[in-house]
Amino acid sequence: MEIRELTCINCPLGCQLKVTMEGKEVVSVEGNTCRRGDTYARKEVTNPTRIVTSTVKVSGGKVPMINVKTQNDVPKDKIFECVRALKGVTIQAPVRIGDVVVANVAGTGVNIVAAGNVDAA
Amino acid sequence: MESYDLIIIGGGPAGLAAAVAARDNGIESILILERDKDLGGILNQCIHNGFGLHTFKEELTGPEYAARFIAQVKERGIEYKLNTMVMDISSDKVVTAMNRQEGMIMLQAKAVILAMGCRERSRGALNIPGYRPAGIYSAGTAQRLVNMEGFMPGREVVILGSGDIGLIMARRMTLEGAKVKVVAELMPYSGGLKRNIVQCLDDFGIPLKLSHTVIDIEGKNRVEAVTIAEVGPDRKPIPGTEERYTCDTLLLSCGLIPENELSRSAGVEISPITSGPVVNDSLETNIQGVFACGNVLHVHDLVDYVSQEASAAGRNAADYILHGHGENAKQVEILPQGGVRYTVPKYVRPEEMEDSLTVRFRVGDVYKNCAIATYFDDQLISRRKRPVMAPGEMEQVVLQKAKLAEYPDMKHITIKIEEA
Amino acid sequence: MYDVAIIGAGVTGSAIARELSRYQVKACVIEREEDVCCGTSKANSAIIHAGFDAVPGSVKARVNVKGNEMMDQIAKELDVPFKRNGSIVVCTKDQDPKGLEVLMEKGLANGVKGLQILDREALLAKEPNLADDVVCGLFAPTGGIVCPFHLTMGYAENACMNGVEFFLNTQVDEIVKAGEGWQLKVLRRDQKKEEVIETKVIVNAAGVYADVFNNMVSEHKIHITARKGEYMLLDKTAGSHVSSTIFQLPSAMGKGVLVTPTVHGNLLVGPTAVDIENKEGTNTTLAGLGSLGATAALSVKQVPLNQVITSFAGLRAHEDHDDFIIGEAEDAPGFYNAAGIESPGLSSAPAIGLMVAEMIRDRLGLAENPDFNPIRKGILDPDTLSLEERNELIRKQPAYGNIICRCEMITEGEILDAIHRPLGARSLDGVKRRTRAGMGRCQAGFCSPRTMEILEREVPMSIYEINKNGIGSEFVVGVNKEI
Repeated sequence: MEIRELTCINCPLGCQLKVTMEGKEVVSVEGNTCRRGDTYARKEVTNPTRIVTSTVKVSGGKVPMINVKTQNDVPKDKIFECVRALKGVTIQAPVRIGDVVVANVAGTGVNIVAAGNVDAA
Repeated sequence: MESYDLIIIGGGPAGLAAAVAARDNGIESILILERDKDLGGILNQCIHNGFGLHTFKEELTGPEYAARFIAQVKERGIEYKLNTMVMDISSDKVVTAMNRQEGMIMLQAKAVILAMGCRERSRGALNIPGYRPAGIYSAGTAQRLVNMEGFMPGREVVILGSGDIGLIMARRMTLEGAKVKVVAELMPYSGGLKRNIVQCLDDFGIPLKLSHTVIDIEGKNRVEAVTIAEVGPDRKPIPGTEERYTCDTLLLSCGLIPENELSRSAGVEISPITSGPVVNDSLETNIQGVFACGNVLHVHDLVDYVSQEASAAGRNAADYILHGHGENAKQVEILPQGGVRYTVPKYVRPEEMEDSLTVRFRVGDVYKNCAIATYFDDQLISRRKRPVMAPGEMEQVVLQKAKLAEYPDMKHITIKIEEA
Repeated sequence: MYDVAIIGAGVTGSAIARELSRYQVKACVIEREEDVCCGTSKANSAIIHAGFDAVPGSVKARVNVKGNEMMDQIAKELDVPFKRNGSIVVCTKDQDPKGLEVLMEKGLANGVKGLQILDREALLAKEPNLADDVVCGLFAPTGGIVCPFHLTMGYAENACMNGVEFFLNTQVDEIVKAGEGWQLKVLRRDQKKEEVIETKVIVNAAGVYADVFNNMVSEHKIHITARKGEYMLLDKTAGSHVSSTIFQLPSAMGKGVLVTPTVHGNLLVGPTAVDIENKEGTNTTLAGLGSLGATAALSVKQVPLNQVITSFAGLRAHEDHDDFIIGEAEDAPGFYNAAGIESPGLSSAPAIGLMVAEMIRDRLGLAENPDFNPIRKGILDPDTLSLEERNELIRKQPAYGNIICRCEMITEGEILDAIHRPLGARSLDGVKRRTRAGMGRCQAGFCSPRTMEILEREVPMSIYEINKNGIGSEFVVGVNKEI
């Protein structure tokens, strides 16, 4: 039996959640005051994911940097790998929101896409 | 003198939404004046996700959220000037602005919407003792450097203040290669969202020290170390609790202040609590035809609420331009009490207001298991239970015009926090 | 071989340099920091004292009163913001008003004009915000306020225009007697190399370090203590809280603090006075800043301390005998001191400059410089132009239409002027002291990235070299993902 402690992020209450695990199975969630807390806890201990955002350089654009993000959630333990994959990446202006910057980043099956528009200079 | 029906000061989220609403409510002649080189305001440097959950039911980044409103402005052909600084607004709504191409220009407006946003509280305003070396940045300045210019302002970072920008920058700096050693927060609670504490600090093992502040900055040229100490209930440092952190950077995220220098010079009455204009239900200031919305009015927690509020300001300005409004309409004051610090708006005109009015406010402390109560004079009108309220998050009460009409002799409305 | 080498580009050294440039002389100024006006001259009360405080007969008394008299013309020639706003020393009900009479007598002996002791009613007519306990005060109409940066830069730029060389980032490590003259062993901090500067005459205007240089060459040892003064600067919205400079009558509790408008319209409160060992100790302290509010309240009520935009500390060069040491060291011919220049050093600078320059003229037999031009134009403030003039300026130089610092409304044109004028700015603080960009209520939060960009474009420095106030104070440590 393993007990994991988490803070629920669904509302300002920030319930301190206690999740009891048996191997990879969730046995119980305690400390939550609503259903969302239970759902959050189960996801967070079994498959925590995050959207990762960063920037890459733009060449030939009106501005030097552009906002990029993973198109979907990626596993939490892949966050740094996703950012490292952007090191040295430069994209050519013009860039539109949704343009793919890095495909299948860090083997997650998720693309990193542009999250801003940059016109050519 | 060139003239416009509506001049909007600021092309950030508030100004953009106000412009769109004004156009959709029949105003053709609109000009947005923006001091930066792009529309979108501070959203352009907020590259994290989480914007627009209420408005678009999606998690957008700041530039993506801004892009949607910029597109709406462009689709409607609304005129705007970039790199243009407003130098003065007169009480009779002559706007003086300046840019490289046109020099100083004076523009007459029938109505003005103030949407200039806010600035960060600086180290000086916080009175932090110590040296004054390089390496002390407000979180927003660091955010601009990292996110828009691509430069890292430091390697080892201490952050004072757990406002959302500070939390977001803790993660940004970490992801880009810096080591964030600690976040110190003067108050016994964080001003930031729980989600940001978990995803920006906990995810990266960055400690958050509540009831702590910076009491010394070392380093003559560049920051070399900062000392933080625990504070007591009086917020004064407790001797013996000092901890020294070597670092080259101190980021400050200690509150935002609406930028109302232009409003003041125009004669707009400013609330000492919000540092923003005092407005009525149409978001109009004490100067007829001058409206305010967004962070220049009061500092918001979510941009979605800025957009909503700005749309209302745009609608109301359009209504004013097209129909004028009833002189000397009856006004009822909203009194904030028992933990409610202020309300926006402060005044309601029961006969002139829209069918429903969202009154927004913040509380002064953390309240658990309490209720927000609304009274018309002494009559309890509504009572809504809230499991938790915190100063970092805006609260709201919706007033119905029909309900107010039932109380024609009402002197004031009271909104207060009560035990549940 | 130089005729004169001046150590220190503060207001004293710069004033001496400028007054020397009236003559045909090969002179240089050696400054350790990256800019002029980096020590005591940049962090003080910015006051032109009337001259009633100094002991009659002292050097201080003489140069203070004379410097005060010269200030109108100097301010005009060097285009320096200066205003005679008058000063008042207030006496509270717990104090002996005789103290004011003593000051008045000293003032009269020193030749200060227009002094008057006023009762509470007369004071309130001038200053409605005086504290309730104030009963009377000594009014000095000749008291003034000045921009200490522009006074120093004005002197330095004018000296530079008239042929004086400036070695910035240059630290004097050693002084050696060489024949009739001197050798200065210096370290060029920017190039990291050692050099020797030879000169006939040395002027020691090294502020808190003046004792170090004097003691290298003279057996008449002097000792200078760094006396720390902490200040708080308030927003311009508080700038009219008082219109005169309000001093406190010294008491058993100390000399008190002053509350004064600045010539730029802010309100200044300070200084504390604490002797410290560290000559670099320009840090503010919890105790110091914490004490200012209560002390200020003794003379002025309701000082809006919530309007503080910055605080700072300056070090006054206090010499043990409490007077200025000006003149040739007896046992070191050709070595001139301008040492122990604490308050009222700013007020005295014009007179000290003249006095030392004349001593050196007489010693070296210098002839007049027929090309000497006494006029230095300051940085153009577009606010002083009419709308038509301003638009004409923007048409010719569009940079004047581009606001960089939104708090102080400073344009790119002014920043370019600051960078490209003689002894131009090379750091953000240099730009700030010259233009006020970054000196407003947001304290450079918005404009620093933009000013960095302009500096990078205009001077031969990379973004990694752009700094706040010289070597070691760089802002950027690398690019994203690569530090």
